Amino acid sequence: MAQTASVNKHLTIGEGGSAIAFAALAALSILIAAKAWTPAYAFHAYLFAAASVASVFAIFNRYYNRPAEAPPQEIDGKPNYNYGPIQFATIASVFWGIAGFTVGLYAALELAFPALNFDFGLINFGRLRPLHTSAVIFAFGGNVLLATSFYVVQRTCHARLAGDIAPWFVILGYNFFIVIAGTGYLLGITQGKEYAEPEWYADLWLTVVWVAYLLVFLTTLWKRKEPHIYVANWFYLAFIVTIALLHLGNNAAVPVSIYSPKSYIAWSGVQDAMVQWWYGHNAVGFFLTAGFLAIMYYFIPKRAERPVYSYRLSIVHFWALIFIYIWAGPHHLHYTALPDWAQTLGMTFSVILWMPSWGGMINGLMTLQGAWDKLRTDPVLRMMVVSVAFYGMSTFEGPLMSIKAVNSLSHYTDWTIGHVHSGALGWVGYVSFGAIYCLVPWVFNRSRLYSLKLVNWHFWVSTIGIVLYISAMWVSGILQGLMWRAYTSLGFLEYSFIETVEAMHPFYVIRALGGGLFLAGALIMAFNIWKTITSPETETVAAVRPQLVPAE
Amino acid sequence: MSVWAKHQIFEKNSIVLLLGILVVVAIGGLVEVAPLYYLKSTIETVQGMRPYTPLELAGRNIYVREGCYNCHSQMIRPLRDEVERYGHYSLAAESMYDHPFQWGSKRTGPDLARVGGKYSDEWQRAHLINPRSVAPVSIMPGYPFLATTPLDYEHIADELQAQAVVGVPYTADMIAKAKSDIVTQATTDDPGAADLAKRYPKALARDFDGNPGEVTEMDALVAYLQVLGTMVDFKTYDDKANVR
Repeated sequence: MAQTASVNKHLTIGEGGSAIAFAALAALSILIAAKAWTPAYAFHAYLFAAASVASVFAIFNRYYNRPAEAPPQEIDGKPNYNYGPIQFATIASVFWGIAGFTVGLYAALELAFPALNFDFGLINFGRLRPLHTSAVIFAFGGNVLLATSFYVVQRTCHARLAGDIAPWFVILGYNFFIVIAGTGYLLGITQGKEYAEPEWYADLWLTVVWVAYLLVFLTTLWKRKEPHIYVANWFYLAFIVTIALLHLGNNAAVPVSIYSPKSYIAWSGVQDAMVQWWYGHNAVGFFLTAGFLAIMYYFIPKRAERPVYSYRLSIVHFWALIFIYIWAGPHHLHYTALPDWAQTLGMTFSVILWMPSWGGMINGLMTLQGAWDKLRTDPVLRMMVVSVAFYGMSTFEGPLMSIKAVNSLSHYTDWTIGHVHSGALGWVGYVSFGAIYCLVPWVFNRSRLYSLKLVNWHFWVSTIGIVLYISAMWVSGILQGLMWRAYTSLGFLEYSFIETVEAMHPFYVIRALGGGLFLAGALIMAFNIWKTITSPETETVAAVRPQLVPAE
Repeated sequence: MSVWAKHQIFEKNSIVLLLGILVVVAIGGLVEVAPLYYLKSTIETVQGMRPYTPLELAGRNIYVREGCYNCHSQMIRPLRDEVERYGHYSLAAESMYDHPFQWGSKRTGPDLARVGGKYSDEWQRAHLINPRSVAPVSIMPGYPFLATTPLDYEHIADELQAQAVVGVPYTADMIAKAKSDIVTQATTDDPGAADLAKRYPKALARDFDGNPGEVTEMDALVAYLQVLGTMVDFKTYDDKANVR
């Protein structure tokens, strides 16, 4: 086919196969674009076509520039780790993080000052809110998980990442999914299911990417030089497998036509509600918890230079957590038309879930045993340890809110928003920032971070932001919940709904301020990372290259 | 050999680990989801429930498109204050044709499960165009473009067809007449109104957007809002009928 460059050099099956697949996808996309029912869908079809053509081009360009032989698995007896895709995902996570925080801040300001909606549709709160949640969970969090999982699986297996094009396909394909999902929300393409808004074609694309991700991860595990699979990889595997299961179950849909972006979910009403929150709560449990616990199990021991506190606790913690989490979904549906037994089951398991959650927290915190002094000197480690403390706090608050009597007050109010953000900003955000601060010098081959002082600033500015955010939401949530159920002495409802909306205003302003500080912290991080990668001060001198030993 | 050593089978074999994870995570979901497809209380049929008319369905799609569920719930809980504020608590059957469900999870604005008939079309229009014109401290975005955007119902029959595939009982007749039903329902005193009411009992047919010349997105959304929670007649509803 293309054997002109050298006698020995030829296209691998992966290169040839992917090029053909992308060429076919480009042709299909152009056909769909031409016959699309809506301009927004045609725009997406053209994006698919452009990305497919770019992929074909990139595959051949890479082929002409690469040496005839595949990169060696080992150099001088040491694994030849593949860091390229990790570099991309790390930078992408910083980019999407800042984009997602910015959209969140803007949405918060819209609630405080509704004139900011500008009333032309595109940036109305109802379209921005899914953009915010998807950008922070799936774009920021997702790229952190991709980057760290590809790093951790290589280091703990002493093996080069499996596949040649596949890891790049996973990273770039996932980020393309983000672009399709995000632009879709703004253009009004959504299935209307929380945290699962992308329409059928984006879901199909993600399924292909996710299968490739699972295969790359599993194949790398098979190549391992260590007899045991390290605990962080159990969590990554549980995250990948369960998210696949949830994604397929919750997004089962019938498209109106291949030329239409619209589909109808196979489930309806109460069944759809149960499936949605089976998905929704376990997006929290497996995307935002299991995946990030994997980060905790690798990066905290590594940074503290201490072994994981208890191997037995990690076994119990792992199996208990993944078994119990799945049951907790119905606590999102207390007092609804979902049958009582299902609600009670959901509540019971949510309360039980407190135990494995704190088991994980204890395992993370106690890893610091003998290294507590490092909290004073290493702001990166401090960030990760505080993240585990936030994890402990939100996994106590969660079971509390899942109790039906508490939930009757907290549900539908800002308390839920506050709870989610103490977990998202405090736990997921901080453990991600910690991992990014560790990863950047490691995968970009720099001797150290540009400035620990700036990490310190990031830590304190965003901590103040989180405190403002969650306390404002506690007050507004409980206040509004109480106002809704307040009665006068004559037995009438005391407040009209709009009065309870009015009472929220000061807290919405404080919340936006908190969000602004959190964003400011992230901008400090972006600057620090930029300088770490580009500044001559952090260049690695070959002789003193740090010895990176995987945690066992 | 200690019991902990037995765990090595998972640690040394990725496929065993993978299968172990699959089994462990499958149990909870199966126990909680599967019964909802055969329990009486979740598949009860209640008199009055009918599929949405084509215009209401188009309005519902706009409701989904604009992300209204991010701030409005459609699920009244059986709590004293909610029943007083919003009306009879929501039944499972009332969302049986909702693909997807729109129960929501947050009330930045009030619940909409029974908003149908509570306000006039004029109020709904004014409120959607500029919420602060009728509720000065409202923080809802305005949707003035709905009134000026013609409703795209070119493919409404395909929409009904897809709904039929996922189980909504749209008949061949309903699908064939979907397009003309849109115009009929959005017109005051249309001669086809009686025929429409045969297919969709108690469907309201009138010029919802106050603009007789055109079927706009405002027509569709207001038609949807006005039918919300009105299909079941609670004067005749027997809440003991489905008690096991």
